[in-house]
Amino acid sequence: MTVIAYGVAGWLLLIGVYGIVRSHDAIHAVVCLSVAQSGSYVLLVAVGYQRGAVPPVFGTSVPPTTPVVDPIVQALTLTDVVVSATVTALLLALAVQIARRHGETDPDQLSALKG
Amino acid sequence: MSRRSRLAVFLVGAAGVAALYLLAVLHAPAFGTTTHPMRDAAVRAALAHATANVVSTVNYDARALDTLGEETLLLASVVGAAALLRPTARERETRGAHEPVHVLEPVQLAGYLMLPITLLIGADVVLHGQLTPGGGFQGGVVLGTGIHLVYLTGRYRALENVRPLRVFVAGEAVGTAVFAATGLAALAGAGFLANVLPTGTFGTMLSGGTVPLLNAAVGVEVASGVIVLLAGFLDQLHRTEAAA
Repeated sequence: MTVIAYGVAGWLLLIGVYGIVRSHDAIHAVVCLSVAQSGSYVLLVAVGYQRGAVPPVFGTSVPPTTPVVDPIVQALTLTDVVVSATVTALLLALAVQIARRHGETDPDQLSALKG
Repeated sequence: MSRRSRLAVFLVGAAGVAALYLLAVLHAPAFGTTTHPMRDAAVRAALAHATANVVSTVNYDARALDTLGEETLLLASVVGAAALLRPTARERETRGAHEPVHVLEPVQLAGYLMLPITLLIGADVVLHGQLTPGGGFQGGVVLGTGIHLVYLTGRYRALENVRPLRVFVAGEAVGTAVFAATGLAALAGAGFLANVLPTGTFGTMLSGGTVPLLNAAVGVEVASGVIVLLAGFLDQLHRTEAAA
């Protein structure tokens, strides 16, 4: 299980960056970046995991003495998701702008600067 | 740089990252262990302020300052995207040019049926952030995207009627301002963004002190931000470049 959890996190990062390197399309590259960033979600949640523990939300069926998984890495994951969403939105807006100006979304074809 | 040399650079870099990552993982604490000192501290902090959802304690109480930064980041991104997506001088609006679009009746029915349900769920997720999984960010996204079910019914104008953009542009700013103002008000008590309100009874709606208030502020900001962002992208469909 250790191998799967940490392995998936590293794999997502590398395969996402590989996708960006091989990309022929700006929007495809943005999606690849989201995939690469997903690796950090898996890594964070894996770091805070405890076998047999429940989610860190107490209530009538979960008394405060119950072992829970680490809430701090979960809060960090939430921040991570928000950062990913905002970066994706900005990059997609840039992709739209490039397509409007150059009629082209392949980054390799965008060699010349245009005012 | 040619594609082949770019791939070569990637392979060298990826091998380095993979090696360092492997080293880090090999020396990290075992997976699934019972030793989580930060977890224990966070749980103590949550119970001290009668907040059932420990993740909310971290986000809106102990580290509320970080969440203010996160909110500002979201605001900056929405402003940036809106600036990039605004119509250029050569473009003109072609509202209604694509309408009416044929939409299957079951899809329309589902859109109208799901709209109130989705909005209720979104509000529920925001308001119970201190008690159950969820909170301002999660519920805000449900609210902001849920309203676009009206767009599923095929009428862009109907969507424009239910989401007057000016209101949500203001909502984005108001949400951030309420968050910062709550923090400033706490300066009179213990310090910036300190949890100064009475924390109430554990497990009830009004527990957690400032946590529900900050959750609501974030919910308003995120929902407004998502709506303004999506409006920027959807408006692209309704523009054409005027003939030069």
